[in-house]
Amino acid sequence: MSTPIIEIKDVNKWYGEFHVLKDVCLEVAKGEKVVVCGPSGSGKSTMIRCINRLEEHQSGRIAVDGIELGDDVKAVEAVRRRVGMVFQSFNLFPHLTVLENLTLAPVKVAGVAPREAESTAMALLERVRIPEQAGKFPGQLSGGQQQRVAIARALCLKPAVMLFDEPTSALDPEMVGEVLDVMSGLAAEGMTMICVTHEMGFARAVADTMVFMDEGRIVEVAPPAQFFQSPANERTRRFLGKIIGH
Amino acid sequence: MGGLAGLWGSRRFRGLVYQALVIGGVIAVGGWLVRNTLTNLELRGIATGFGFLGREAGFDISESLIPYTPADTYARALLVGLLNTLLISALGIVFATLIGTAVGVMRLSGNWLMARLCGVYVEAVRNVPLLLQLFVWYGLVTTLPGARQALNPLPGVFLSNRGLVIPGLDWSGGGWPVLDLPRLAGFNFTGGLTLSPEFAALLAGLTVYTAAFIAEIVRAGILSVPKGQVEAARALGLSKGQTLRLVVLPQALRVIVPPLTSQYLNVTKNSPLAIAIGYPDLVAVSNTAINQTGQAVESVALVMGVFLCISLGLSALMNWYNKRVALVSK
Repeated sequence: MSTPIIEIKDVNKWYGEFHVLKDVCLEVAKGEKVVVCGPSGSGKSTMIRCINRLEEHQSGRIAVDGIELGDDVKAVEAVRRRVGMVFQSFNLFPHLTVLENLTLAPVKVAGVAPREAESTAMALLERVRIPEQAGKFPGQLSGGQQQRVAIARALCLKPAVMLFDEPTSALDPEMVGEVLDVMSGLAAEGMTMICVTHEMGFARAVADTMVFMDEGRIVEVAPPAQFFQSPANERTRRFLGKIIGH
Repeated sequence: MGGLAGLWGSRRFRGLVYQALVIGGVIAVGGWLVRNTLTNLELRGIATGFGFLGREAGFDISESLIPYTPADTYARALLVGLLNTLLISALGIVFATLIGTAVGVMRLSGNWLMARLCGVYVEAVRNVPLLLQLFVWYGLVTTLPGARQALNPLPGVFLSNRGLVIPGLDWSGGGWPVLDLPRLAGFNFTGGLTLSPEFAALLAGLTVYTAAFIAEIVRAGILSVPKGQVEAARALGLSKGQTLRLVVLPQALRVIVPPLTSQYLNVTKNSPLAIAIGYPDLVAVSNTAINQTGQAVESVALVMGVFLCISLGLSALMNWYNKRVALVSK
């Protein structure tokens, strides 16, 4: 196996007294799809937010594409350009049109010419199947459409890795499918992905690796077939029983 | 009688009666005031009307944006005052906005010392009466060094006991104006635009005072933008400055603009405190006019009308701007 694109080694993080991440280790290879699940408060979101340094870890090592994250601002910026992120609450910029949401970072961060950024953006909007919404403002779109725009926005800088932080949790049930379709399409094209999600159907179909977290620790790492059929850990079994059992 | 009691039971009828009573009361009080005023004016032999505006003013005004001599009319004297009021208000608004925004942003910065300093500034300035601050500024300005030892904080800007000298525009060439930088010549400055010590003190006072309020408004506006917006911008690789400028401030404007309008109106309405340090604004000039002519009712009405127009104009402008920055949603 080639060198991993994401390396997380012995990472610890505290919020004040609260120990959120405990000796977390994870390696993700290029093109690998990792689905992270676990009870709320188990540190899933915190872990992936450490990968693009929206959260700082206090000990251990996190590196993306060989660049180690630390206090070096340049390194953080370099990592952020390689990592796209999709949030639970979309976080589109409401004062900008859909197209402007997509061209902001390429023009202002990567120095791409506006014309070129726009054509890239339109191509991405085609890919998430809403090119006709380019001139609208986020507030005029449905939740599902907004999340698809958010995915397109994250893809605008041509990232090597995509992080998804519960991308469907804030959506109405009938809009979950359209967002998962886009994510599956992305996976099929070979994108490296880490998804925090409880959509187990999606996980089964797309994931190469399942990660289960509980109380700040990675409890189990396994391929989906093994993870769903014969989970090794008692806590994983209980968790899966609760969310799939009924 | 039952009919009347029934009528009284109707909400609509009672509402009409109350409104009629209020209108009647207002008319009665207004009428009494007018009659009282007219009687008093007649007793003192003062003729009413705006005729005095055409008469010669006979008093000098220390600074003016347009040519003015004591031989000019009261109307022109008042115009000089109005222009001075507009100048101080406009500059006060611009500087207070710039300083207020900077302080508001810095108060939220991660730099502990900077944030605390800004906090101290806001709390100290907001809680001291403006009039008192004006006296302090005037005191400071009049104790500044002479022209030859003038402070030179920015290129082309000189601060001395002659007042504040800034670069001006020279229109004399015809067509496009040329930047006119002030130079020290002998004991004073030539070129540029000289602002009197009174003007400088008033501008400093209004700016520093209002900026403290604007800083709080800007801070509240920034805090009103959801944290997720900053995270999304940072995740896209935008720097802290870009995030503030391109993502946070444009959204904060929705919250900032309405109270900011009030502060702009306050700058204008606080500007008559100029009278305390001798800057000839509209109110100061009209005071002199009243002393000389006794036309208090007309002068005060005129000043009130002018301030009303300025305020309504400013509000209309800010409301238009507020509509422009409003977010579009379904």
